[in-house]
Amino acid sequence: MSGMATGLRALRLSALTPAQRVMGLFGFWLVLAVCGPFFAPYAPGQIIDTEVFAPLSHRHWLGTDYLGRDLGSRLLYAVRYTVLICTLSTAFSCGCGVLLGIATTATPAWVEQIAGRLMDGILSIPSLLCALLVIAAFGDSLLALVLTLGVIYTPGAYRTSRALALRIARMDYITVAVARGEGALFIIWREILPNMRGPLLADVGLRFIYAVLLLSNLSFLGLGVQPPLVDLGSLVRENVLGLVYGSGAVILPTIVIGVLTVGINLVLDGTSRR
Amino acid sequence: MNARLARLVLRRIGAALCSLLFVVVAIFALTAALPGDVADMLLGQNATPDATQALRHALHLDQPLWLRFMHWCGGMLHGNAGNSLLTGRPVSEMLAPRLYNSLLLAGATTLVAVPLALVLGLACATWRDSVFDRVMTVLTLGIVSVPAFLIATVSVFVFAVQFRVVPALSDIRSIHSVGQFFLTFAMPVATLASITMAQMIRMIRACMIDVFSAPYMEMAVIKGVPPIRIMLHHALPNAIGPVANAIALSLSSLLGGVVVIETIFNYPGLAQLMVDSVMSRDVPIIQACTLLFCMTYLFLTTLADIVALASVPKGRGA
Repeated sequence: MSGMATGLRALRLSALTPAQRVMGLFGFWLVLAVCGPFFAPYAPGQIIDTEVFAPLSHRHWLGTDYLGRDLGSRLLYAVRYTVLICTLSTAFSCGCGVLLGIATTATPAWVEQIAGRLMDGILSIPSLLCALLVIAAFGDSLLALVLTLGVIYTPGAYRTSRALALRIARMDYITVAVARGEGALFIIWREILPNMRGPLLADVGLRFIYAVLLLSNLSFLGLGVQPPLVDLGSLVRENVLGLVYGSGAVILPTIVIGVLTVGINLVLDGTSRR
Repeated sequence: MNARLARLVLRRIGAALCSLLFVVVAIFALTAALPGDVADMLLGQNATPDATQALRHALHLDQPLWLRFMHWCGGMLHGNAGNSLLTGRPVSEMLAPRLYNSLLLAGATTLVAVPLALVLGLACATWRDSVFDRVMTVLTLGIVSVPAFLIATVSVFVFAVQFRVVPALSDIRSIHSVGQFFLTFAMPVATLASITMAQMIRMIRACMIDVFSAPYMEMAVIKGVPPIRIMLHHALPNAIGPVANAIALSLSSLLGGVVVIETIFNYPGLAQLMVDSVMSRDVPIIQACTLLFCMTYLFLTTLADIVALASVPKGRGA
């Protein structure tokens, strides 16, 4: 009985640390992205009804889109592509950014100068324009999208993690670790990284939101994920005519984007206020 | 203006020029990385080897990369950005009217957004944690965390489709009176301004709260300085630098917003041309548009940094 009570208490939101809340919310989206499409009642490209922009009904719960395809199924696939592309690109940008950011605290000054100038250079191109430019050159394959988003947000991650790492590198326990004769990798992995985990997590969350916004904007402009694949932005784009009829096909994907980004932002806001 | 400040400003301008060089190289490099040959693309399937060769020569494609880069830079400096691959017209001729339209849109938005954001941001910071501040925080957080097209499509749905107060498309050729001008610009400017303002308000609020928490502010309150005087003499002079930076950074988000807004409202501006060109892979236009946008962005951020430098008495040497 008491075991169950503790179990329930652990499930209560207020009992979770902010980091656990961020990870929990993100985990929910990731599970939905991976498993969601298995529960889709129809194939995403299958035209199931002659009625386009059909309202909600028991046959297709969320109605149909501009070609009479099942919106619910397409939405599940759209979440998959949006979340997975953005997760991969965030992993890329934050991985590169954090590695470079920490590494340049220990390398000679000229390495930091070069890295800093390069990052400033990328930062000096507004992100949407940078994405347009890269897509014009390399096309809009999924890999190109992931790498584009990844590279665009690397400088931000680099700056944040460098600032954090510089502060930590001045701490006494780092001096102690160096004096103990620890290797550079040990110091990075065991001393620096664990101590910047909290602020870093908030930064990663922010980059993820930026990536979702940029990808949605790109797809909305028709330059992101291409048919037959579908993501949330392209779902809005293809159904935008339904706006006139107040169709769910255009409103629901926008709501999903909003829930995804605002939700993560709110949880992050909660972590930074503490 | 003294020597110390001048040196700092010159250094900042030098850094901006370095960034500009990076941007120019990046823009050129990406187009050089384009798969396929422009000459093949232009001539299509029934190209003879001779014709391809002649066109390659005419486009300087047979020259080494660095020579082409110099050619390209030289052309840009003289305002000659080449010809459109699609229409064959000079890029500068296609860009000029569009640039004017975009500047009109961006200018109108800036005029609306900056003063409003300043007032609202200051109010939020002054009455921190009040109901007003909380409502603004939720509102601005909501706006910055949804994509730009969402706000635009929703407002089109509400104001143009449901209430029919404004046109859904911005056909600026049909403007004949002042009233029409305001109606046509109302939607794009309002949506663009709300996106830009949300960013600005958040940043200005953060800067002002930072300034308010400084010891000299507490000192001013303790020695009984009236609130207006605290604001004008103690808080604002110290906030000019960060606030200028916040405004410049948000205006750069306006550049990104412009791309989406112009497409949605079918506004004949630079950004719409750029999106169309990316779809049709019309490289010279993409290059020229990106360069224009990046130069604007660099100009804004550099200007903000210079204002920030000049606003710090330490920098002035006073």
